[in-house]
Amino acid sequence: MSWKPKHQRMALLGVALVALVGAVLLAMWGLRSQASYFYVPAQVESDPPAVGQNIRLGGMVLEGSLGQADDGVSILFTVHDGEAQVPVRYRGILPDLFVEGSGVVAEGRFTPEGTFVADTLLAKHDENYVPRELEEMTAAQAKAAVAETTK
Amino acid sequence: MIAELGLLALWLAAGLSGFQLFAAILAGRGAAVLGEAIRPVAVMQGLLAAFAFAMLVWLFARTDLSVALVAQHSHSAKPFVYKLSGAWANHEGSMLLWVMVMAFSGALVALFERRLSVATMRATLGAQAIVTLGFYAFLLISSNPFERLATPAVEGNGLNPLLQDPGLAFHPPTLYFGYVGLSVAFSFAVGALVTGEVGRDFARTMRSWVLAAWVFLTLGIAAGSWWAYYELGWGGWWFWDPVENASLMPWLAATALFHSTSVLASRDALRVWTVMLAVVAFSMAMVGTFLVRSGVLTSVHAFAVDPERGTFILVLLGIFIGGALALFALRAGKIAEGSRFSWKSREASLVVNNVLLTALLGIVLLGTLYPLLTESMGTRVSVGPPYFNPVGAIFFFPLVLAMMVGPLLRWRDTKWTPVVQRLAPAFAAMAFVALLVVIDGRAGLLSGTGLVLAAGLALASLLPLARRKPWRAPLTLWGMVVAHFGLAVTLAGASAESAFIEERLVSLTPGESTRISGWDVTLRGTIPVAGPNWTAIEGELAVSRDGAIATILSPQRRSFWSPPQTTTEAALWTRWNGQLYAVLGEPAESGKRKVRLWWKPFVTLIWYGALLVALGGLLALSGRARSALRRSIAVGRATQRREVA
Repeated sequence: MSWKPKHQRMALLGVALVALVGAVLLAMWGLRSQASYFYVPAQVESDPPAVGQNIRLGGMVLEGSLGQADDGVSILFTVHDGEAQVPVRYRGILPDLFVEGSGVVAEGRFTPEGTFVADTLLAKHDENYVPRELEEMTAAQAKAAVAETTK
Repeated sequence: MIAELGLLALWLAAGLSGFQLFAAILAGRGAAVLGEAIRPVAVMQGLLAAFAFAMLVWLFARTDLSVALVAQHSHSAKPFVYKLSGAWANHEGSMLLWVMVMAFSGALVALFERRLSVATMRATLGAQAIVTLGFYAFLLISSNPFERLATPAVEGNGLNPLLQDPGLAFHPPTLYFGYVGLSVAFSFAVGALVTGEVGRDFARTMRSWVLAAWVFLTLGIAAGSWWAYYELGWGGWWFWDPVENASLMPWLAATALFHSTSVLASRDALRVWTVMLAVVAFSMAMVGTFLVRSGVLTSVHAFAVDPERGTFILVLLGIFIGGALALFALRAGKIAEGSRFSWKSREASLVVNNVLLTALLGIVLLGTLYPLLTESMGTRVSVGPPYFNPVGAIFFFPLVLAMMVGPLLRWRDTKWTPVVQRLAPAFAAMAFVALLVVIDGRAGLLSGTGLVLAAGLALASLLPLARRKPWRAPLTLWGMVVAHFGLAVTLAGASAESAFIEERLVSLTPGESTRISGWDVTLRGTIPVAGPNWTAIEGELAVSRDGAIATILSPQRRSFWSPPQTTTEAALWTRWNGQLYAVLGEPAESGKRKVRLWWKPFVTLIWYGALLVALGGLLALSGRARSALRRSIAVGRATQRREVA
């Protein structure tokens, strides 16, 4: 099969374009269905995510809420943002700097009962690091959170 | 004095880099004298930058606390090795390392590259000067590593304990060498665009640099993944984290680039595309640096982030890439048409490789930047494995198939039937593994397919050696075989790990045990231990089978005091068929201790495979170097003979 150079160039360009457009379309589809959205407890209350949908939940760990579940390994605690509260159940080893009263981002999903089941906890990872999602919140809402927990 | 000397050297190097740029421009307009000066200036600049970096390392070695950077990131009680690595484990130092390597590579290009025409060489070194100049400006204006404190600090702040690790001491420099190698490829591409000389010599010159960059990137990514695996204590080896993606994207682009340069070098086809890829590869290195340094995305690896500096890098990125693309738009039409080729040929399979790799690159890039896009519209999202794994696999799996077939095809034209016959053993292996996977039933769709393809590729990658005497095969062929085989090994490790992993999360009282993958793990107790700059609680886990103790695992929770921080030290026990991975958790109720265990079948294959891939690159590189040397000796002899005659 012999092609004229111009035709081959066009065909190559066509193949590359189709593949790239395909990749972009696939990516957009994948992103729409698979990206996990970030919620704070107030949003969960006003506009609850679907049960089983992967989301990230960010907020402060409520003072005095940390406890152990009956299975002996899961951890229970409450995340709040000064406006609303969400009960969280986490099965795993707590991050090194996870303490009551500090910020946390939990990755997981809601059960039909309204408990958030977390697979991963992102806590501060050195003394200067704050998960990016919490930066704005710690400025505006942490004050309210602290005020509420200390009153 | 040392700091001032370093700063002076840095300013001089920046000045020389500016001079190099103007000399290149003026020489292009006929000032031949200036053209002569470009090479020596580039060499001098490289030496000065190396000197400046040596001064910084010296400051860290002495823990000179009158220097702001040392005071912020070092500590007199730190192990000596980490004092040294502290020099580049922070923003300013790592940027100095970057610019030093870049200037030094410029010097190497100026000293040793003789294949390009004088004009292209000048334009190349001019382009290299623009890039280095941008980084000098970045260092001197916004991140001077040699800044003094008004009053010396009494004690340093220390280095983040997560970074006090042998793997991580060498991981960032390795990646930087890779990024810088791509910057050299970029300069070659710009130089070739300026003169329009995009041909085989261009490809041959650039190929070694891209290959070297690619070897470093491979090693850097493998080291980073290994570090995340054992240091973070999460048991994962790849999180599709923005910072990980930032190193993967240049790697994908570089992989595509050296495959397309081999088409350009052998068949003089894909000219415009290769130039474009070189620009893309360096853009990805810059995007990577931007993502890592700016902290615009949440990352588990983000250290030393600073949004302001991110902006500076973004501006540099805009100038370099915008400039290169504008030049590309202006000049691409003037690059003479390359050769045509048949659809049934080695070069066509390499086109398939390039298209698929570019598509993969696009998918990773979109997934990485998507959170930034939605954030600008007020929604915060994160993108993780549920997106990257399946969407990436759609392009990665066909790529593996192409890797099986491509190396068996000839340049120019091939008949299909013999190729299919040669691949028969690989197909048989795939069918056999597929049968096993289905019978076993534990593997998911992705990990199962991964295992099948790994088996096929492992066999198929060896076929190019099958019909010749292996010891007579050229090193470059060996390089390809080893690298492709290495990828099969990595794929096998990754698929086996995700298909057959076992996990236990338990609360144990001392003396109590749990069972994982046939091993009984007993918690004997916890003891306090201390290191040079940390204290820790250490768990003592006895691993036994049928009552006979096989090993003791000692995972720790460490507390460092400067800076104050706790880290989880996982304990690993490597067997031939996998790894036992133990993490000590927090205390649970009534004197119990939480322990998390994983049995990870064949997980080490992931990094052994990566090492093979890098070794393949190294073999190919030395093969090229050897033939270049032979050629230059032959040319030398020929001229001698002519002179004698």
